[in-house]
Amino acid sequence: MNRIDKRFAELREKGEKALVGFVLAGDPSFDRSLELLAAMCDAGLDVLELGVPFSDPTADGPVIQRGGLRALKGGSSLANAIAITGALRKKTDVPVVLFSYYNPIFAYGLEAFFRDAPAAGADGMLVVDLPPEEAAEMNEYLPDGNDFALIRLVAPTTPPERMRAIVKNASGFIYLISKAGVTGSGGLDPEGIRKQAATLRAASELPLCVGFGVSTPDDAAMLAPFVDGVVIGSTFENIIEEYRDSPDLAERLAERVRAFKTAMGETATTNSRKKGRMDG
Amino acid sequence: MERHGIHSDTQATRQKRVPVPDRHGHFGPYGGRYVAETLMPALLELEEAYGRISKEPSFRRELHDLLVDYVGRPTPLFFARRLTEHLGGARIYLKREDLAHTGAHKINNTIGQGLLARRMGKKKLIAETGAGQHGVATATAAALFGMECRVFMGVEDIDRQAPNVHRMELLGAEVIPVESGAGTLKDAMNEAMRYWVSAVTDTHYVIGSVAGPHPYPMMVRDFQVIIGEEVKEQARANPGRQPDVLVACVGGGSNALGLFYPFLDDPVELVGVEAAGESIMSGRHAATLGAGTTGVLHGSKSYVLQERDGQIREAHSISAGLDYPGVGPEHAMLKDSGRARYASIDDEEALEAFHLLSRLEGIIPALESAHAVAWCVKEAPALPPETIIVVNLSGRGDKDLDIIARRAAAEKGTVK
Repeated sequence: MNRIDKRFAELREKGEKALVGFVLAGDPSFDRSLELLAAMCDAGLDVLELGVPFSDPTADGPVIQRGGLRALKGGSSLANAIAITGALRKKTDVPVVLFSYYNPIFAYGLEAFFRDAPAAGADGMLVVDLPPEEAAEMNEYLPDGNDFALIRLVAPTTPPERMRAIVKNASGFIYLISKAGVTGSGGLDPEGIRKQAATLRAASELPLCVGFGVSTPDDAAMLAPFVDGVVIGSTFENIIEEYRDSPDLAERLAERVRAFKTAMGETATTNSRKKGRMDG
Repeated sequence: MERHGIHSDTQATRQKRVPVPDRHGHFGPYGGRYVAETLMPALLELEEAYGRISKEPSFRRELHDLLVDYVGRPTPLFFARRLTEHLGGARIYLKREDLAHTGAHKINNTIGQGLLARRMGKKKLIAETGAGQHGVATATAAALFGMECRVFMGVEDIDRQAPNVHRMELLGAEVIPVESGAGTLKDAMNEAMRYWVSAVTDTHYVIGSVAGPHPYPMMVRDFQVIIGEEVKEQARANPGRQPDVLVACVGGGSNALGLFYPFLDDPVELVGVEAAGESIMSGRHAATLGAGTTGVLHGSKSYVLQERDGQIREAHSISAGLDYPGVGPEHAMLKDSGRARYASIDDEEALEAFHLLSRLEGIIPALESAHAVAWCVKEAPALPPETIIVVNLSGRGDKDLDIIARRAAAEKGTVK
């Protein structure tokens, strides 16, 4: 069982929801990034989505675009993200998912990627612009019998039939995009998310996480009952941008992690209490 | 260019060509659909709708009538006598796409996609633009069909192609400045894709070149093949036989593919001309096929200009329409198979050709098209006089007068 499956099993046991944090690898520099990520993991982050910076992030809003530029200016790359994963793995067991556009992986070489990323301690990958239709070219490079998770995206625009086909080949967890838009854009539709989550639940046993546009602890608390985890990205990148020269940046991020965890924990507890009452 | 090159092409084309792309939009190892899941359903819907609607007789008739009555097709095939005499080699013919409505070949595609979008029930059009020609052509189609239009354009291009910005606004389109990156075509396309994700239900994205995810490279090609089909027809009357060489500039590659495609099985040499910018050696160029490597950009796999770690590089060209670090996937395939070859022309050579054609033929070409003309200036003198070259004069140069004036002023400045 890989670290992702294990983490979700533990959370389920405790009746908790996962806080999945997206941060760009190497933002603003290798050393600083390592320090920030370690602080977030220590503060209770359940899964780390480590973003690989890319020059042309067409699925990202302005906050993550700027974060990517900072990381690139700091010399970051996919190789850097893998190295950060390796260094982080010495400090924590938090599962790491490499979140990338396809070109950095293609340029790195698929064979080298599937050798180096798991070896460094990465537990899975999510390639934002590699739909199942194009993913076949990776298959021959996937190591035999490996449990490196291939996390798949489902969007609000994905019809039910396509949704079922996508989740069939997914592993790790399913990433539900909360709205048709880029990362960091506002305007959540809780009812739409609840419906789609229900459809996905019926189609797959995998844990379900929702992301894109979830920015406050209240948002996370509102969505948590429908899913197994919530992905927070732009909010963390905003803090890095605003406080990047401040000595207490790591503590600010850790505080945010705890705030999200607490907010989501409260709903989880309320729900299990409600459930207990109903059962009783 | 040697004549035996043409004969070996004949040999190669005797084998039956497999039609491309395949059903997933692959041109050999290139093409495909590398986009976020949010866009996949829209691309599948577009592919299905295009396959169905483009075969409907009423669609074909409506498109044909608009191309004749509104766009002004067919555009002439003109023998450039004075340019030919000046160069003293091959006979040069110009396919006058600059005479199409809005001043470039881009309108062939936007009328096609606009009609398609209307039949799909879409209410709004969006587009990216570099030189502004595609933006103007999309704004024009939107006005004609009564649709809303937003055009994404890099701030650098807004500055250097100001007349086209005014034209788009006059046509009722909203021009959205894109500040990210170098503020050129690549960045405009990024932003258009981002916007499309959020507006995909009622908005059609009119991609302007044979690039982007499937079905765009195929669909844009299909709307542009009228260029080559007309040349084939027109060449029968004058010069009285089919050309030996076809030349066109290549940014994304739509005017080149439109000209080449109907000739792929014929004994004709195909030459795409990329922008060498300051020079290939300087690294400041846009010669994607000449100096790039395989990668994925804007939804398809093709050649791209990139760093070793897969970051896309900025392209450089005096011509905003060629200033793009990617290229259509079908060109990548034609390059690898050797069916087409790709040369490059730098800023200086393009400027010389711009002035030469203006003075010798009374035709001010777009700086993009001037790259194709410049290839002739370089190569035609060495070719036998019986060789016939057709150059796709893809656009007119009015939009470039500012660039020419600034360049002249800057040169005066250096002399001082």
